[in-house]
Amino acid sequence: MEGTKKRYTIAALVDNEAGVLSQVSHLFSRKGYNIETLAVGCTDDPTVSRITIEILTDFDHVLLLCNQLRKLIPVHSVKLLDPSDSIRRELVLIKVSAPNRGTRDEIIQIGNIFRASIIDISPSTLTLSLIGNEVKTEAIENLLADFGILELIRTGIIAIERGENTINEDTKEKGEFNYGKNVL
Amino acid sequence: MKMKGANILIECLLEQGVDTIFGYPGGSILNIYDALYDYKDKIKHILTAHEQGASHAADGYARSTGKVGVCFATSGPGATNLTTGIATAYMDSSPVVFITCNVTGPLMGRDSFQEIDITGVTLPITKCNYLVRDINTLADSVREAFAIARSGRPGPVLIDIQKDVTAAECEYERLPLEQHFTRGRLARLVGRASHNLQSSEPDMRDIDLLVDMLHESRKPLLICGGGVVRSQAQNELRELAEKLDIPVAISLMGAGGFEGRNRLTTGMIGMHGSQASNRACDACDLLLAVGFRFSDRVALDPETFASNAKIVQIDIDRSEINKNVKTHHHIVGDAKKVLSLLCSRVEKSEHEEWKKYVFSFPTETEYDDSTDTLTPKQILSAAARLLPMDTVVTTDVGQHQMWAIQHFHFTYPGQLVTSGGFGTMGFGLGAAIGAQVGNPDKTVLHVTGDGSFRMNCHELCTEQFYKLPIITVIFNNGTLGMVRQWQRLIYSERYSQTTLDRGPDFVALARAYGLGSCRVTNVAELEQALIDAQASGHGYVIDCAINLDEMVRPMVGGGNPITNFMLD
Repeated sequence: MEGTKKRYTIAALVDNEAGVLSQVSHLFSRKGYNIETLAVGCTDDPTVSRITIEILTDFDHVLLLCNQLRKLIPVHSVKLLDPSDSIRRELVLIKVSAPNRGTRDEIIQIGNIFRASIIDISPSTLTLSLIGNEVKTEAIENLLADFGILELIRTGIIAIERGENTINEDTKEKGEFNYGKNVL
Repeated sequence: MKMKGANILIECLLEQGVDTIFGYPGGSILNIYDALYDYKDKIKHILTAHEQGASHAADGYARSTGKVGVCFATSGPGATNLTTGIATAYMDSSPVVFITCNVTGPLMGRDSFQEIDITGVTLPITKCNYLVRDINTLADSVREAFAIARSGRPGPVLIDIQKDVTAAECEYERLPLEQHFTRGRLARLVGRASHNLQSSEPDMRDIDLLVDMLHESRKPLLICGGGVVRSQAQNELRELAEKLDIPVAISLMGAGGFEGRNRLTTGMIGMHGSQASNRACDACDLLLAVGFRFSDRVALDPETFASNAKIVQIDIDRSEINKNVKTHHHIVGDAKKVLSLLCSRVEKSEHEEWKKYVFSFPTETEYDDSTDTLTPKQILSAAARLLPMDTVVTTDVGQHQMWAIQHFHFTYPGQLVTSGGFGTMGFGLGAAIGAQVGNPDKTVLHVTGDGSFRMNCHELCTEQFYKLPIITVIFNNGTLGMVRQWQRLIYSERYSQTTLDRGPDFVALARAYGLGSCRVTNVAELEQALIDAQASGHGYVIDCAINLDEMVRPMVGGGNPITNFMLD
């Protein structure tokens, strides 16, 4: 089952409870996957969190992982997001060394091109905040590297589908489970 | 009415119809044992010698009765002693609810005496687990735990309860089992758009496609996996196999899912599978695997496994689909349901030529029984001949386990209790205790090796105290036979640390525990011992001397194509 490795985005709705995140992340680590990015936060329903995970793997394995995730009791739904049909964003904070006026101006100009905002300034540093996907954030990171990056923090990718599709929609995966209450 | 946490827990067990608990008390779980004192007439508690024995007993009870097993242990070492048993149950999809207590809330997270984060430890070996910190969530957690343990693909669930919760009080109202899904957490869980408490409804288009594939196939093979046993789908599987005239290979966990003496049985499949099973698997043009997960002990080399066949997988757990071997078609659903849908749609057919090919190979291994020493087949044939047909067999792990499955010919689900996935040596005696407690009217045969038996033989005291008439047959070759077999075949006969030329004297040991025992060296002595054991009415240990170099045959090396036999 070794195919070509790609970056896949998995979105999951889970119970907003202690231990759920470790259960989810543990699933990835014990299958031998390094999580590229991970972002978690509660949704419009405070009892439900949404986890966005990106991993590097092939298509067969990402399907297996989605099925493993669906087995976890606190997991409500799981969707593999199609990169061409979803919007992916992350927030990056970059603190750059800016000891004089010349460098400060140059950094601000670069920031403007990327629509980054200056969120903090001191006599010797500038801190920028930028939203985008990894193509955009890597580009600005490369340009700012020459000035000396003191700190760089990413929130991890969050992603949402375009158009009417939502994670709650009637997917085939869900349909398979939509069968009578035969538990007892 | 207001009740203490410990009493609520026991009332919740009664809601589930639990009447038997296996366990071992300790400091943190004292409140629960104190409450149990008042329920002596409703719940029987079996005190084992060690928590591991209790965990295997609860597992053996669950597998042999089809009910959910229940096991108690205290915090810290009590809880960690369960872990091998939990993992054993998890790997073989056995429904057991493990209940442990932890230190009190204020002591949690301070490395207190006998404190362990057991929910963290058991995360990868439970279907799910709970840490109960609040008395108000206790009843709901217990109800949810049982529902999850027995639903879908069954498995173990652990509930860890803080000691102060067992002493706290709250309102408890008895809720009949059939109403559990209407209230509390379970109602919320089943109210979700998707959840794991249901098995999926098979898609009829998928069924129709499979029916067509079955009709087209000229060389079909069925594999009966553990899912057939858990789903109790033996009648449906037999009907399908007989209607379509298809040979059936049986996986280790599938033993009992298809009658071992049916004319369509090709025997066990895999590393120690029969010639007939393994060759049929390689030659078939359609492989229909039912509740079978293509483990590395059968699909030894996934690339070449059934490479001439279209592979179809029926499994209740869709994360098993395509996990180890890529399939051409699959149906997610309960084996019993899917098989009965298939039975009603397929037409009667015959595969004389194909069967002639398959059954030209042996379905069982023959041994040279011209010498005086007992052969594995002689021991198992004698047991099968002299013990009742419905005898429950538990095994440990190693050569004796393979021999038992190759030669005993199981007839119903739950008749064989063995640690297949996890391969837990020391499982057998605890499992036999659970099986005998759960099936007081049946004979329980515990097949073991001298290595495995030594691991948990202290449970003989449990067997004696509760007057359990378990018959233990030790395949005593004075070595860790399976490891020695590998050392002989693969490691140039360098027998590193596998010779067990040491005590104890098992006959004297059994006597010390107050049980009957004898040592046998030939068939006549064995037969007499089996008769004596049954007549004795109490536990009996039969120590059978077998040849040091007897090997499990056939054998295919790990990672090899399934017909590359190292041994015929």
